[in-house]
Amino acid sequence: MYIEQLVFIVSSAALIGCALMMVIAKNTVHSALFLVMCFVASAVLWILLEAEFLALILIFVYVGAVMTLFLFVIMLLNLDIISREKGMFVRFLPIGIVLILGMLAMMVYVISPEHFGHLVPVHESADYSNIKELGMVLYTQYVYPLEAAAALLLVAIIAAVGLTFRGKAHRKAQNINEQLLVKKEDRLTILKMPSEGKEE
Amino acid sequence: MISLSAYLSVGAVLFGISLAGIMLNRKNLILILMCIELMLLAVNTNFIAFSHYLKNNTGEIFVFFILAVAAAETAIGLAILMVLFRRGKTIKVEKLNTLKG
Repeated sequence: MYIEQLVFIVSSAALIGCALMMVIAKNTVHSALFLVMCFVASAVLWILLEAEFLALILIFVYVGAVMTLFLFVIMLLNLDIISREKGMFVRFLPIGIVLILGMLAMMVYVISPEHFGHLVPVHESADYSNIKELGMVLYTQYVYPLEAAAALLLVAIIAAVGLTFRGKAHRKAQNINEQLLVKKEDRLTILKMPSEGKEE
Repeated sequence: MISLSAYLSVGAVLFGISLAGIMLNRKNLILILMCIELMLLAVNTNFIAFSHYLKNNTGEIFVFFILAVAAAETAIGLAILMVLFRRGKTIKVEKLNTLKG
């Protein structure tokens, strides 16, 4: 019990600290790396909540794929000039702080222990398999949403490729049709020249 | 025993930080996309906490779909960002005012 609370406190402190550092970091690459740390700390929290499958998916998909994409784009865009400039919290700081504190106060009131204090977690037995439980409902009850999600990912692939496609101008592919249609006369010319006699 | 309120508080603080990042950020568009990711992470943490404490795995299924949609959103968002940078040579938030009219 004690070690569980220790893990919770350490990982949630790391999560909040890394989130703060991500927002205030000057360099965009540093913010991306702090966001990776946020995902790792949050995966620890999810494992504490006995959602092992989703925690591993978070590591694989987010840290492995999405954040790699972010870092790739940051390095592709050459943001050195942009990120060196200051003046980040300029105009909207007062009203922003007021709004955020108000929202946080509302949230803290809503989620206070007097509303949710009566719920106690039930720990599953040792042979409980989270993946099996998820799969049992995902492929029966939620099979149409699953297929819709698959179609959505396909649409996202096509949209991303279509948006960043630069067109044919810079490609060096061979046009096989043109190559096959070419005649001998197009490429080859026979020149008739008078032969030069040997100097004797 | 860790109470449900503790998990929900972590989610709320995370949501507040990412909202602050979106509202106060004047730097670039990539940071806004990353703050949106953080926001979705906070919401997902809430879903999983409720799903664990209420012994109902619908919340985990929902998180699964949120992750799929967020991945698609990130891919398209970054593609739009690339196109924007190629056209205007900048992704600073305050320079993107062509729609002002």
